Amino acid sequence: MKTVALAGSPGRGKKFIAYIKRYWTLYLLLLLPLTYFIIFKYIPMQYIQIAFKKYSIVKSVWEMPWAANNGLEYFIKAFSNKDFINALRNTIMLNFLDLIFGFPAPIILALLLNELPFPRYKRVTQTVAYMPHFLSWVIIAGLARQLFAPTSGLVNNFLTKIGLDTIPFLNEPKWWVVTYVFLGIWQSVGWNTIIYLAAITAINPELYEAAEMDGAGRFRKMWHITLPGIRTTIVTLLILSLGRILGSEFDRPFALMNHMVNDVANVISIFVYKYGIQALQFSLATAVGLFQSVVCVIFLFMANALAKRFGERGVW
Amino acid sequence: MIKSKKSKVGDLVVAFFCFLLILVCLLPMLNVLARSLSASEALIKNKVWLWPVGLNLDAYKLVLNDTKYTWSLVWTAILTVIGTCLSLFMTTICAYPLTYDKLKGRRIINTIIIFTMYFSAGTIPMYLLLKELDFLNRPVVLVVPYCLSVFNMIIMRSFFYGIPESLRESAELDGAGPVRVLVSIYLPMSTPVIATLALFYAVGRWNGFSDSLMFMKKREYYVIQHLLYLIINSMSNIEVTTQEGFSPPGLSETLKSATVMFATVPILFVYPWLQRYFITGATLGAIKE
Repeated sequence: MKTVALAGSPGRGKKFIAYIKRYWTLYLLLLLPLTYFIIFKYIPMQYIQIAFKKYSIVKSVWEMPWAANNGLEYFIKAFSNKDFINALRNTIMLNFLDLIFGFPAPIILALLLNELPFPRYKRVTQTVAYMPHFLSWVIIAGLARQLFAPTSGLVNNFLTKIGLDTIPFLNEPKWWVVTYVFLGIWQSVGWNTIIYLAAITAINPELYEAAEMDGAGRFRKMWHITLPGIRTTIVTLLILSLGRILGSEFDRPFALMNHMVNDVANVISIFVYKYGIQALQFSLATAVGLFQSVVCVIFLFMANALAKRFGERGVW
Repeated sequence: MIKSKKSKVGDLVVAFFCFLLILVCLLPMLNVLARSLSASEALIKNKVWLWPVGLNLDAYKLVLNDTKYTWSLVWTAILTVIGTCLSLFMTTICAYPLTYDKLKGRRIINTIIIFTMYFSAGTIPMYLLLKELDFLNRPVVLVVPYCLSVFNMIIMRSFFYGIPESLRESAELDGAGPVRVLVSIYLPMSTPVIATLALFYAVGRWNGFSDSLMFMKKREYYVIQHLLYLIINSMSNIEVTTQEGFSPPGLSETLKSATVMFATVPILFVYPWLQRYFITGATLGAIKE
């Protein structure tokens, strides 16, 4: 075996040179993107150390002294910080509600759109339903504030007109949570149907024909053919959402929050912004951010393993 | 096939639900449009529903005369154009080499890139890096740090995979190098994916504000959504006014609506035209590694 390999090596060397000659431009193309990933994704990772160190503006990250309690000082501080515990609770609560109400919504809408027999009307519905996805959260918050304003908003005007009490949609913690979840669905439901509709198109139409022969109605076909047909897509997206249960968007809660609902709107990303960027407590904010990133990765792995255990394909 | 009566009723019920959906999506926009075009007295008296009352364009004139606001619109448009071009360039040169099966080291490069999708250092490390690079408070901070999205790169790569390899091989037999193949075969065939990603990147820049909020302290470089956030809040939140020192130019409710319209309309005019493209694009993203 060894002699064969040796005998083959000069040819291999030539082959390698030929390979490089032919494809070196591909590496050249990759140079810029890889530099980007190293500078903006990997180099920041060295600053993760700050979570375990006492931040100092004059020293480099590598020279900063370790924090007290074996470097865990800032994690202990975080978990004894009421604001952080509150942010942790809110993050989990809001993400959980998004999962329960927001996850099934596009599936239901996709099933509904799939049943719509008028192609042109279907197209218009889709175009309109995609629209909110293209609005920024600042704009959605602006729309919501006007629509849901306690005395001048369209919705509350309507409620008063039909003799109901006005509802403090954005100013009372419980109602804020409802509004937050609702607006999340409003913004994303149409867009998220795209992927399910694509999966539905891939289902073999003969299955439907066979089911019709057997006398299956609309709902039976939905339940026995369409839903199983898009199961893989559902599971994949579910894994990804489970992986994000402790992740937190910034734009959405930040744009929608106001001082009356701080108690429920304060999520981890906002905590990091307030303590890190505004109050310059870099070590604490980095510790919190690291905790969040690590938990997210763990959750993603767990969700993926769980899915595979149930015989699904998983994300990787 | 003749449909039964029962299923026709079912079709109408479905059509009705879709109509409700359209209403729920459009009503907020119509309401804000009506408010922006109404007289402020009509607004105060709660007369405006979905149609302007006391039609006037004062709010739009005032907004257009507010140089801070109009500049921010222009500035964000400039950033959007530059950012989108840069992002498309980076995405292409990243995705294309990775479609070569024979590329040595492809797996490791792939892993390096995909890893960043699942684990990121976080906000503060990014802030400290940008500080180190002296990017903070400079326009470059609004373009470069997030210019390449792994997710979009995967979309483009999936699209490239769909281009028949025989085309590439026959070009290579004619002596064309990889770059030549990219420019003369792949790019001309990739209009759908380029249009999709251009839309994604452009919308991302136009709608984004957290980078401006965190990394930009110079008011003249604020992006439009950041400014809009301050405008909307300075009227309902006194806190923000004093903190940020932003003085609303004597704004009424109509003005607030007009500013929202200005920041929304550009996107609303663009996305429906690209619909047939982005549907393919958004689906490609789901194809896994």
